[in-house]
Amino acid sequence: METVTVKINGRDYTVPAGIKIIDAARIAKIDIPTLCYLKDVNEIGACRLCLVEVKGARGLMAACVTTVSDGMEIYTNTPKVVESRKTNLELILSTHKKECLSCIRSNSCELQKLCLDLGVTDENRFAGKNNEYEKDESTAFLVRDNEKCILCRRCVAACQNVQGIGAIETINRGFDACIGSAFEQPLAATSCVSCGQCIVACPVGALYEKDDTAKVWDAINDPTKHVVITAAPSIRATIGECFGYEPGVDTEGKMIAAMKRLGFDGVYDLNLTADLTIMEEATEFLGRVQSGENLPLITSCSPGWIKFCEHYFPEFTDNLSTCKSPQQMFGAMYKTYYAKKRGLDPADIVVVSAIPCTAKKFEVRRPGQSAAGNGIYDVDYAITTRELARMIEKAGIRYRDLDDETFDQPFDIGSGAGVIFGATGGVMEAALRTAAEVILGTKLEKLEFEEVRGTAPIKTATYKLGDLEVRVAVASGTKNAKELLNKVKSGELAVDFIEVMACPGGCVNGGGQPVQSAATKAAVDLKAKRASILYNADSKMALRKSHEDLAVQKLYDEFLEKPGSHVAHDVLHTHYIKRGL
Amino acid sequence: MKKKLTTVAFNDTKEKADELNALIARYKNVEGNLMPVLQGAQDIYGYLPLEVQKTIALGLDVSVAEVYGVASFYSQFTFNPKGKVSIAVCLGTACYVKGSGKIHEKCMEITGIGAGDISPDGRFSYDATRCIGACGLAPVMTVNGDVYGRITPADVDGIIAKYL
Repeated sequence: METVTVKINGRDYTVPAGIKIIDAARIAKIDIPTLCYLKDVNEIGACRLCLVEVKGARGLMAACVTTVSDGMEIYTNTPKVVESRKTNLELILSTHKKECLSCIRSNSCELQKLCLDLGVTDENRFAGKNNEYEKDESTAFLVRDNEKCILCRRCVAACQNVQGIGAIETINRGFDACIGSAFEQPLAATSCVSCGQCIVACPVGALYEKDDTAKVWDAINDPTKHVVITAAPSIRATIGECFGYEPGVDTEGKMIAAMKRLGFDGVYDLNLTADLTIMEEATEFLGRVQSGENLPLITSCSPGWIKFCEHYFPEFTDNLSTCKSPQQMFGAMYKTYYAKKRGLDPADIVVVSAIPCTAKKFEVRRPGQSAAGNGIYDVDYAITTRELARMIEKAGIRYRDLDDETFDQPFDIGSGAGVIFGATGGVMEAALRTAAEVILGTKLEKLEFEEVRGTAPIKTATYKLGDLEVRVAVASGTKNAKELLNKVKSGELAVDFIEVMACPGGCVNGGGQPVQSAATKAAVDLKAKRASILYNADSKMALRKSHEDLAVQKLYDEFLEKPGSHVAHDVLHTHYIKRGL
Repeated sequence: MKKKLTTVAFNDTKEKADELNALIARYKNVEGNLMPVLQGAQDIYGYLPLEVQKTIALGLDVSVAEVYGVASFYSQFTFNPKGKVSIAVCLGTACYVKGSGKIHEKCMEITGIGAGDISPDGRFSYDATRCIGACGLAPVMTVNGDVYGRITPADVDGIIAKYL
């Protein structure tokens, strides 16, 4: 690797050639303040907070877009630099609605932190008249408050560059510039897929999930309701971050303990219905291989991906697995099988799911998600990891001090296959474990399908299962999914089974996960770190295959008969819409 | 601030649609193609309604938000159709110091609409423009592309009457 030597604040550092000043500073263990910068996603030098002095340069340079050169002398903390940054920050503050006491991002706001770091004492130094904007609350999952927007364009970059969607852009000009959709339509009228990657990109409180926690509290406090909560595989890998843990710390036991202190009538593991999904989907796959119809089969666990497919690839909706997502399967089973077993009226049951995903808020009100009928939704409320953490904080629970607890029966046993659902490639691996053993009729010696693991945008592999050759592909992030499906469409790539997750890296990096700052994201590989928790948990489990999950077997014995049965189709499967653009 | 958007329905014709598709095909693989396609589309339709911007977005494989983002940045792109009588007054610096502000007010009074609007019957459209490059004739107004220079507010009635 070619290197150059640069001087940062008077000390020499040897750094790779071609990197930006901001990356060189990170090597020197210095964080340069930023607002618009999001490593590899948005590097546009717009906010002018990362200004540094470079010896010999005419003015101050933006560290996020200036490439290092040999012998460069960089100063990151001179009075001139600090004063310029502070002035720029005060100018940004002049158009920012300062509701810091009640703002959802108070304490996790990058703008707030910079004001403290740079010693801003007069937040109204450049006060003046500002444009007024209505909040966009048109979708099921998002609130956009443009009066708090600082025009960093990180959300635009996430939507366009990361996800390949482009539902939003910077529109209009000058003082009237704002983030919005074409013709200033409400977001619900666009091809937005509800992935929420814009939310986790936002440095301030301009974008946030529609908060459903008030409705959940109301349900908990209603004595006529039987209220249960189920935890998605990936949130156990991330919720600790909301309580001060470093990314990559597994706090599953504390999470369960905290959920049990909120007043729910049951706290359940979604891994069980993840296993159920695998049973149905693996059966569906083998059925399609036999009939040769609607191949490749494409997974359906990710509702953001489903909406993307419906908009951008309506010709592939018949290839989607008809299986509901694990969340919806849980609600469907709870309000049919379990309601009957316990003698509960499905109308009195409130199912809450705690999920890493904002698209799930859209999914819960989709048509074809009502196994109990009579307009009773399978899942009543989907709350994100962040909302669950806020409920725990509101209840005054000392999360870090809790002793580990376990999930309630009967939805307590899940396999390792269910756990890894939360990472890209996990559903594929889980399905392969089951499909392989069904086809081969023997036990696999090695359960790890390494080729589909990892955070690469697109992964492909071919597995020989007896006489059957199964060609699989895995994509995460809708932009990568688009690339993959275009290859399938053109005939460049022949595959039998595709897993797609809407968010890059899968659910561990979902739009409902804890928000981390741009500085943390630049320094830590969040996707890999969070996913490692799931793979570690799986490797330590005795039960690692969905079809060996006895709790799942019991569901089939007592209610569902067999995978793909008529009753299974009624309760666990759904249909899709060809939306187009 | 929200832009004022027309309520007049979009009327496409096969000829115009063919012309737009040919334009898109011509620029499809050219770098920096969005601006010339937007300019050409506005020449074809007189304005850039949502339907046209969607066609451009699909044709050039960019998002419609990106198309609108560019189109809404430049004041010479318009999202409202032109009226039968299309009036514009220059509010550039030279015209303004020569009194085009008064002409601007007079035009709004006669047409009954504000800058950037079209009258509901489609008769008048009115625009207040930035410098149109005819500073030697300041103050300047244009009607259906004809330029009238060194005018006073008292001249405006007579000029517009020629087009009715």
